[in-house]
Amino acid sequence: MHGALLKSPIFYQKTLMFSVDLIFEAVLFGILLGCFYAAVSLGLSVAFGLLDVPYVAHPALLILGSYFTFVLSQTGIDPIVCGVLLMPVFFLIGIGFYRFYYETFEKRSSDTGVRGLAFFFGMSFIIEVCLILVFGVDQRTVVASYIGSSLEIGDYRFPYRMLVAFGIALTLTVALTLYFSKTFNGRAIKAVGQDEGALRLMGANPVKIKQLAFGIATAVNALAGAMLIIVGPVEPAMDRIYIGRTFCVVVLAGLGSMSGTLVAGLVLGIAESIVMMTFGASWAPAVSFGLLLLMLGVRPQGLFGR
Amino acid sequence: METILEVNNVIKQFGGFTALSEVNLHVLKGERLGLIGPNGSGKTTLINCISGAYTDYQGSIRFDGGDITLLKAHERTKRGIARSFQIPRPFSSMTVMENLLVPFAFVGGKDGPEQQKEAMSILDGMGLAEKAFVQSNQLSQVELRKMELARAMAAKPKLLISDEAMAGLSGTEVDEVLEILFDLNKLGITIIMIEHIMQAVMKFSQRVVCLDAGKIICEGTPETIVKNPEVQRAYLGD
Amino acid sequence: MKYAIYCALVLLGFLGVSTLGGINEYVFFAGFVILQFVILATAWNILGGYAGYVNFGVPAFIAVGAYTAVVLFKSMSAPLLVQILGGGILAGALGLGVGLLTLKLRGIFFSIATVAVVFILETVVNNWRYVGGATGLQLTRPQDLWFFDSYARMLFFVMAVLAVLSVTIARYIQDSFLGRGLRAVRDSEEAAECSGVPTLKIKLIACTISGALMGIAGAPMPMYLSYIEPTSTFNLSYSISALGMPIIGGTSHWIGPVIGALLLATLQQIVTVTISNELNVLVVGVLLVLFVVIAPDGILGLIKKWKQSSK
Repeated sequence: MHGALLKSPIFYQKTLMFSVDLIFEAVLFGILLGCFYAAVSLGLSVAFGLLDVPYVAHPALLILGSYFTFVLSQTGIDPIVCGVLLMPVFFLIGIGFYRFYYETFEKRSSDTGVRGLAFFFGMSFIIEVCLILVFGVDQRTVVASYIGSSLEIGDYRFPYRMLVAFGIALTLTVALTLYFSKTFNGRAIKAVGQDEGALRLMGANPVKIKQLAFGIATAVNALAGAMLIIVGPVEPAMDRIYIGRTFCVVVLAGLGSMSGTLVAGLVLGIAESIVMMTFGASWAPAVSFGLLLLMLGVRPQGLFGR
Repeated sequence: METILEVNNVIKQFGGFTALSEVNLHVLKGERLGLIGPNGSGKTTLINCISGAYTDYQGSIRFDGGDITLLKAHERTKRGIARSFQIPRPFSSMTVMENLLVPFAFVGGKDGPEQQKEAMSILDGMGLAEKAFVQSNQLSQVELRKMELARAMAAKPKLLISDEAMAGLSGTEVDEVLEILFDLNKLGITIIMIEHIMQAVMKFSQRVVCLDAGKIICEGTPETIVKNPEVQRAYLGD
Repeated sequence: MKYAIYCALVLLGFLGVSTLGGINEYVFFAGFVILQFVILATAWNILGGYAGYVNFGVPAFIAVGAYTAVVLFKSMSAPLLVQILGGGILAGALGLGVGLLTLKLRGIFFSIATVAVVFILETVVNNWRYVGGATGLQLTRPQDLWFFDSYARMLFFVMAVLAVLSVTIARYIQDSFLGRGLRAVRDSEEAAECSGVPTLKIKLIACTISGALMGIAGAPMPMYLSYIEPTSTFNLSYSISALGMPIIGGTSHWIGPVIGALLLATLQQIVTVTISNELNVLVVGVLLVLFVVIAPDGILGLIKKWKQSSK
């Protein structure tokens, strides 16, 4: 009886539609996920892509943003609002970080590579361990009206929290892209990575510009961190896998390309989603890191890089 | 006199920007060649193609009878091409002597007491002998420039490319470096000098080549170059 | 050959300690860990200190060493020395591979690539049932103790030999052409190329040796623990220690990583036993950041300054 069924054309039609359906759903989910990845990588795109600072502590600051959001949201404030409220705080933190980095490492030229990297790597660990000491290793979540339910269109279910994150991500990306292309400061930031000398001649102070950029990059992390904890539970060690995801997006995009970050995020999101569907969630970490290695080996300047 | 360096139809592009378009240059053995041109004309790009810092250009380069087009920089150094850098790049964790021992070790193959003696005599010829055991990140600008040349000499080059070795130096310092370059040329080394300081170029060069926007616009003796209207236009604008 | 005599004396000392009766077995367990960090710090420094390329993915190489040992042991009951050799060779091959992929690019890309390797390998191991997958594998130690009283003592002495071997290799590299070339690459890769240094080849050699030594440090671990599992083997904390110890000790000389490892690993053992496990990573992290900012030449640098000022 099985044989007859398997050979029946209707059966084949149904299984084919079944897997196309799954792939379509995975791609849709991947798009949502991808926008999210793009948003959490924007800060790194600015700090490392434009300013050339080896900012490996970026993912740790992302998680820090999530935890700050968690603490603030305990007072009853909506997590997104928490994220927005935290932005000025993180802006100041970013300025402080860059100032410190500049005074300590960039100014004294010898051997900056190793020391700068070691510094940010050390900071990453310190942040992670402090979070463990304060909050423990358990996962933390936030509560909001849009978390837990989904939008249903036809056969597909889109979790509201993913849609919210998608919306924020899109807004952030568009806002930053406009800022960098339309405002004087924004354009100065894009220029400072390429030609400091010319910027000086125009009367702008490169250090102040870089400071501003770093502040913006870190402020974005605050909101991105809020998004992270809205999308799912957060634990201190998550900064490790996000090193893979954020650097993958930035390298895939190509250093210095903001719009490329969105495209790269989508690529990663869709890739991860399809891999998770096909092989299971345990293979997800390998996707971002694998894609990263592939890009470094084949096309290190990324898809849109300078 | 034989040709020691042949640059044939070299084209170098960076993305959509053409830095060098069909550059042809022949340098004779033992010649003192000056290379001038306004900022952005492609002088350093050309030098980078000759020294091997860039290997992804079109065209071919021959040196001392052999094709070096595809060779990496360190291989070209071993063949006899040495260069100094526009912004000095000392090995800052090493002393001046140790800086020189690097090319002795990797080009000559030895870095023992004989080579140290040789290094001392090179440094002596440049007036750097007393700084031999000072850490190189403590040298003054002119001393750094001299060390760049000394380090290039330690590679026993047949061709030395001096990339704006005198930029930012005072009048007497410029003369010091110029004298060093003259002495090196007397030893038989071909020298290509890139400079903005016109008096130095005119004093030093037997022949001058002028580059503008990636093309050679004029070649000749210092006197003819100075009078050439195209050169004047390139530097002063229309 | 004063150095050879020192080595012989040190090894005799370790031999003596490991055959001495009446010592608490914990000393040998702690000693194993401390010696492992001496090897890791020394190995890291060959690429990080001498050449300036920062390896963040230390656990990947340790794991290759450890899991190769497990495979060799499980498939053909290979003796310890064969496990160590196999682990070293494969870890060296990994170093070569990562190097070929990224050493042509800027330093930070190499560093990120090393993190990538950790996660990719961990994912592979998690799904590989032969070596225990995510749950891990129990192993029974062979009864071959040579002439030692316990397996822990034997492993302790083996680690001592491996540590002396690693330091000797580092010392040889430092004083050879290779060391000169690596320093030139670190100070200015462009100038090094123009001075005749084959920069890519030299970086690849350093990366391979560094990786191989880390693999050698990892290979005895399965026998040491009688157990292997991915989460602790691939723990990124190894990276912060392996790079913190040379930076704190001093990266310009082979003795720096040794000093850093002996001091910090001992401190870590004390903290783990008296306070907690998390705190020992924090200690290294904080000290690392402090030293990088205030005393970038490490303890060796501080000693040099103190000697110069007291003249």
